[in-house]
Order: sequence, then C-alpha cells, then structure tokens
Amino acid sequence: MSTRLAELQEIGIRFGDRQLLSNINITLHQGEIVTLIGPNGSGKSTLIRTLLGLQEPTSGKVIRHNTLRIGYMPQKLHIDPTLPLTVKHFLGLVRGVNKKDIRPTLNKVGIPHLENSQVHVLSGGETQRLLLARALLNRPTLLVLDEPVQGVDVSGQVEIYNLINTIRQELNCGVFMISHDLHLVMAQTDTVVCINQHVCCSGSPQHVKGHPAYKALFGIPGADESLAIYSHQHDHVHDDSGEVVEEGHVHGPNCNHHAH
Amino acid sequence: MLELLMRALIGGLGVAAVAGPLGAFVVWRRMAYFGDTLAHSALLGVALGFLLDINLNFAIVVLCVGLALVLVALQKKQIIATDTLLGILAHSALSLGLVAVSFLDNIRIDLMAYLFGDLLAISQTDLYWIYGGGVVVMTLLVTFWRPLLALTVNEELAKVEGYPVEAIRLLLMLLVAVVIAVAMKIVGVLLITSLMIIPAATSRKLSQTPVQMATFAGVLGCLSVCGGLWASYHWDTPTGPSVVVCAALLFLIAYSLPLRRIQ
Repeated sequence: MSTRLAELQEIGIRFGDRQLLSNINITLHQGEIVTLIGPNGSGKSTLIRTLLGLQEPTSGKVIRHNTLRIGYMPQKLHIDPTLPLTVKHFLGLVRGVNKKDIRPTLNKVGIPHLENSQVHVLSGGETQRLLLARALLNRPTLLVLDEPVQGVDVSGQVEIYNLINTIRQELNCGVFMISHDLHLVMAQTDTVVCINQHVCCSGSPQHVKGHPAYKALFGIPGADESLAIYSHQHDHVHDDSGEVVEEGHVHGPNCNHHAH
Repeated sequence: MLELLMRALIGGLGVAAVAGPLGAFVVWRRMAYFGDTLAHSALLGVALGFLLDINLNFAIVVLCVGLALVLVALQKKQIIATDTLLGILAHSALSLGLVAVSFLDNIRIDLMAYLFGDLLAISQTDLYWIYGGGVVVMTLLVTFWRPLLALTVNEELAKVEGYPVEAIRLLLMLLVAVVIAVAMKIVGVLLITSLMIIPAATSRKLSQTPVQMATFAGVLGCLSVCGGLWASYHWDTPTGPSVVVCAALLFLIAYSLPLRRIQ
C-alpha cells in the first residue's frame, strides 16, 4: 500500500434542512488517480471543497497526513478585467514560489510562449493549463482538480488528461479530480467514485462501469455503444501534446485513432 | 498665502500618493461602495470628536476602523445582501452625523468643508496625521503586497496555498478605513472615494501589471491634486471638487486617446 495522503471519513454536509452529502469515505494515496463522478448537484464540488478546507463538514472528519501538500486547480478562473495581470505575474503569486520554477513549469504544461500574455486573453484550454501550472508550482503531493477540462474541445481534453497522467507519473503525486466526461477520463483512472449525495459505487473503472448504481445514474437506454468506456490496453505511444507517435506502432484490435 | 498653498499641496500630494495605490485594490475588489460607507460615517466621527472633546483626526480614524470591523462581522453573518447592508449603513451614518452635528449649538462647524473638503484649511497637525498615516499604510501595503494581490486574484487558491485569507482581507479593509479617515479633510466625505477610484481607473488604461497600475494611480492622483489646486488658486473654485474634476478630466483624456490597451 502506498503512502496515504488524506482521508475523508464519514463526511456529511447539511445546508439548512438539505442534506447535501452523507457518509462519504474516501482515502487518497500517493501516485493514485481517483476520479469523482456524479450528476449535477450530487455534491462533487462540495466534497472537494471540504477536502481543501474551504467548507467545514457538518459531520465526519478530514484527516490530512503530514505528507499532504495540495495543488488545487479550480473549475474556473475569474479575474476582474480591471486587474492587469500577465501569466508570469499570476504564477508569481503562489505562496513561497521560487521565481525560477515558473518557466520550466510553463514548459511542462505546454504554454511557455504565453509567459508575458495577459491572463484575460487566454483561451479555455490555455487557461486550464495555466491553472494546472499554478497548482504544480505549489509543489503538490496531491493534485485536486475540479473539472480540469471545462471549456476545452475533445482533442484538447485528451491532451490535458494525458498531461495530468504524465505529471502524476513524473511527480508520483496523487490526483483527485471531478469529471463529467466518463469515457475520456476512465482510461487513466485507478479508482472511480460515483457519488450522488452518498457513494453509489466505487472501484476500478471496469467495475464501476458494470455496477447497477452507475447504470441507473448514467445509463441511457441504447446509449451503451455510443458511450462505451474507453478501456483498451494502450498499444501505442503518445508524444507530449497527446499525438499518437506512429513509429513502431502496431494497431491493436481495440485501437481506434479516430476516436482519439 | 504661499505658505498656505504649499501646505495644501504637500498635504494633498501625501493623500493622493497613498489613495491611488490603495484605490487600485478598491477597483479590483469592487469595494467602492464599501469606501463610500466608511467615508459617509466619517462625519459622525467629526461630531463625536466635538461632543467628546477629543482630537478630531483620532475620532475619525477610530470610527472608520470600528465601522470596518462591524462591516466585516455583519458580512460574515450574511443577514442581508452586502450592497444593501452598505447602503443602509452609509446613509444612516451620514444622516446620524448630520443630526449629531446639529446638536453642537455652541460650536460653528463648517459643514461644507467636511462634506466637500477644504485643502486650504489643512493645519500643521493635519500634515502629521497625513504623513504618519500614509507611511504606515504604504509600509503595510508594500510588505503585504503579494498576499493582498493573491487574495484579490482568487481567494480560494490563496487559501489553499496557505495564505491567512481572513487576516489579509481584514488588513485591506483597515487600510482603506485609515486612508479614508486621513483623506477626508482634503476632498470631504462625499468625494473621498473618487480620489481612490478615478486615478486607479485611469491608470488601468496605461498599465500591464498590478504594480504599474498602483504606481500610476498614485502619480495620477498627485497630478489631479496639483491641477485642482492650481484651478482653485486661479479661478477661486472650491479645492476638493476641483481636484476631483481634474482627476475626471485625466480619466476622459486617457480613455479618449487612441492609446493601445496593452494586451
């Protein structure tokens, strides 16, 4: 068992007379990707905010081990247009950041050319990469990502998920993220937790996919084929931008580059 | 006469140099109404100062800081929308101040000077308050620049990264309170927020970074003070409003010039 980073124990959250979450148990480990899925209003973001300490749980507790250092990537970045801010200055705001780390981190997330751009003019995908860079500059042992591919087109989504996976392997950090687009994210996830106020089911993507609770929440009759979970063994290599490297590539039976 | 003008100029520059950079934060965080509320309550401070026979500047600073603390506490409770709360407090405090002033029969208060400011009435003691307060505010602003900016850009990220968010937010409100209390003599309770907001807004057009915007705001504020005093001297116009008109003119010029807004 790898190092434990944080544990959510029997978390319950109540707003007024509305029980938003009850009895949630999740343990996060180093090097492991845990993906949180669930319908709108299921309490995914609230759960993440609880882990981050932005929301106090009504019951239960959050155990943060000494090894835990969080890099957080919020769902959106709203910066008031009256505030002139370049990418470099935005990243310089990370607490205790070493300014020398900014350039390599921008390289890592693939936007070194934007160092001096204003944050307001970035596209959706560029903004997500910028937020990822900020999370990385906090030298995390756990990356917490709230819908990391929001506002990004499908090919961009694949690139960002691949980037997250690469970073996970490089830093050996844990990843805890929220996602909507199940089939894209599941290929690289170790554990999927499906919640709807409570934990409906959890386990490996294949396990969750076959679970009746999951089917009840996400199953659309007749949509099984079109929403098939991408679960083939990787039989080819990606370069940094997520493109398939053709050299030495052998097509496997499940390999479908058009869906890639 | 010259000595009077010099004192007015020195006082005005001192206030503008601090109000500008802090005004940038007021603009970024949309705290204009918060500033107005504190400014309106400053008149109550004047009345209390006379009633209790204590130093007026001291009374104003205490009242503004006190009100800022009350506002922070009330905001947390979320009894009512913040702008409604501010509206209630701003006008209640102003009215309460006016009522309180009317009870002071044996003292003549130049109400206009407090409402619209009177640069030329600045005393030597006022100068000490302006520069004392100014140095404290600027020192804190420079020392805590990064946390203050991190908070302004995104409070949640700042909190996750370990900044003491609550304390920094309080610090910013107290800084605004001190500047308003100290600057009230110059442009008056009704106009003081304009000295924070207008130069900062003008500065936005010329800046690429937060530091630039804050610095230019201070410089533009100083220019407005010079221009306002000059106009006041030449045409015998009221000094406070002249300074604000001058700041507004600079704003109009900056935004009508075909300057490229740097991306």
